Amino acid sequence: MEAVTTEAARTGEDAQIIARRRESMRLLARATLGELSAAWGAIGSKPEVAPVRGPETGLVMVRGRMGGGGAPFNLGEATVSRATVRLATGEVGHGQLLGTDKERARFAAIFDALFQNDAYRAGVEALHEKIAARLDAEDRRKAEETAATRVDFFTMVRGED
Amino acid sequence: MYVAVKGGEAAIANAHRLLADRRRGDRSLPSITIEQVVEQLGLAVDRVMAEASLYDRALAALAVRQARGDMIEAIFILRAYRTTLPRFGYSEPVDTARMKVERRVSATYKDLPGGQLLGPTFDYTHRLLDPSLIGEDAVDEPALKEPGEHVMRVSDILDGEGLIEGDGQMPEGHVMGDLTREPMEFPMARDLRLQALARGDEGFLLALAYSTQRGYGRTHPFVGEVRIGEVEVELELPELGFAVSLGTVRVTECQMVNQFKGSAKQPPQFTRGYGLVFGQSERKAMSMSLVDRSLRTDEFDEDIVAPAQDQEFVISHADNVQATGFVEHLKLPHYVDFQAELDLVRRMRREYEPAQPGGKNVMKEAAE
Repeated sequence: MEAVTTEAARTGEDAQIIARRRESMRLLARATLGELSAAWGAIGSKPEVAPVRGPETGLVMVRGRMGGGGAPFNLGEATVSRATVRLATGEVGHGQLLGTDKERARFAAIFDALFQNDAYRAGVEALHEKIAARLDAEDRRKAEETAATRVDFFTMVRGED
Repeated sequence: MYVAVKGGEAAIANAHRLLADRRRGDRSLPSITIEQVVEQLGLAVDRVMAEASLYDRALAALAVRQARGDMIEAIFILRAYRTTLPRFGYSEPVDTARMKVERRVSATYKDLPGGQLLGPTFDYTHRLLDPSLIGEDAVDEPALKEPGEHVMRVSDILDGEGLIEGDGQMPEGHVMGDLTREPMEFPMARDLRLQALARGDEGFLLALAYSTQRGYGRTHPFVGEVRIGEVEVELELPELGFAVSLGTVRVTECQMVNQFKGSAKQPPQFTRGYGLVFGQSERKAMSMSLVDRSLRTDEFDEDIVAPAQDQEFVISHADNVQATGFVEHLKLPHYVDFQAELDLVRRMRREYEPAQPGGKNVMKEAAE
């Protein structure tokens, strides 16, 4: 996985692998510390994990687009924490998420590495489902709250004729 | 000769100790937590994030608490903090079309796809002080309804008819600027101006925006739409060669639609101003969009006749951290400078007074 180059990655199977890993990382970036540590605790035989980089906190300059879809500009920075780890079995995992929580970033990196290992993938997918279910419920709830504030216009006829 | 005057250390230490005491206030009251500030003073937190130009709710709340609620002080503290962190990179541009919308209103179209979603707004409240908030306030759960269709952009509706200018492009080969990396230079390109406005002082931009409405560089605006909600932040990881999501940030976006402009080559169409701000702040996003439009004088061959059209004036004075630094430094010791000026004015008086009818020849030494 690590050796996948940008060119080769754009086609077929590789693109699917990338799509799955992106989705995995998207969910891991939103996982709570509780979800991550519970999933870690549930792994029977834990692999050895060696830190490669971090965990560390820094900044990412967030960009917007003028007019919403035009030329990009720099909107402002956000705090980001990231970590890279290597499993004893060789897989390298990256974790990166908004905020200053380095422990979550380290866990996200571990689960990214585990996701690439056949022996652990099912466990990571169970964690994905848990995170996705929570996010879906939160999004659904917010969307319903917003929908309740939608204006239903009606017209009133006044005067004669 | 330079003479250093010392002696402030003990006073400064005790002043800071007193500041800490006043910040804590009455010890018989519980101390407020960062979580409480985030949850219950969320819009103060949003303003600090926007003007510090750093998105982090917890750190912004800490800054608000540390600054005793002084917003510009909190912004200053958070802006200073960001200089201690390394820069990991630049995100992909956020896609506001895919925003999880919590509020969206349009003043130009009544019935538009997605509808008018009021969200958590102060609009239509009576602005009456609510005594029930003095004690513990029990609040109803929000009402719920089945969500409707995708919330379409208003600019896309007008764009379909070609009646409005596009989203805005920079000239071919333009390299995007970053205010945090390069010194300011004028004339300043629109991308840099937008960055400066996004972190500019809300009050200053509000006043400038108001001035355009009152005739100082009028642009005849309509709110095409204001939308508030969360957008995804994605960062390309060079070691992997693709972008990954880091999470979401809440932003407020304003699409201001302004009166027409046409030329021999181009048919008349609406022009636009754009506002995008961290957090929930439509006052700031609207002000930003008005000022963005008024500053685009070069693109529309408009004469600069008002402050809000003068980019050097607007951009140089929009940053409240810079502004407060320069204004507030005046209270620091200027004893030597002032003594020099005092000597000068005495000399001038010695030359002036003998020339006056009945003037005194000698002046009393007053301020020594």
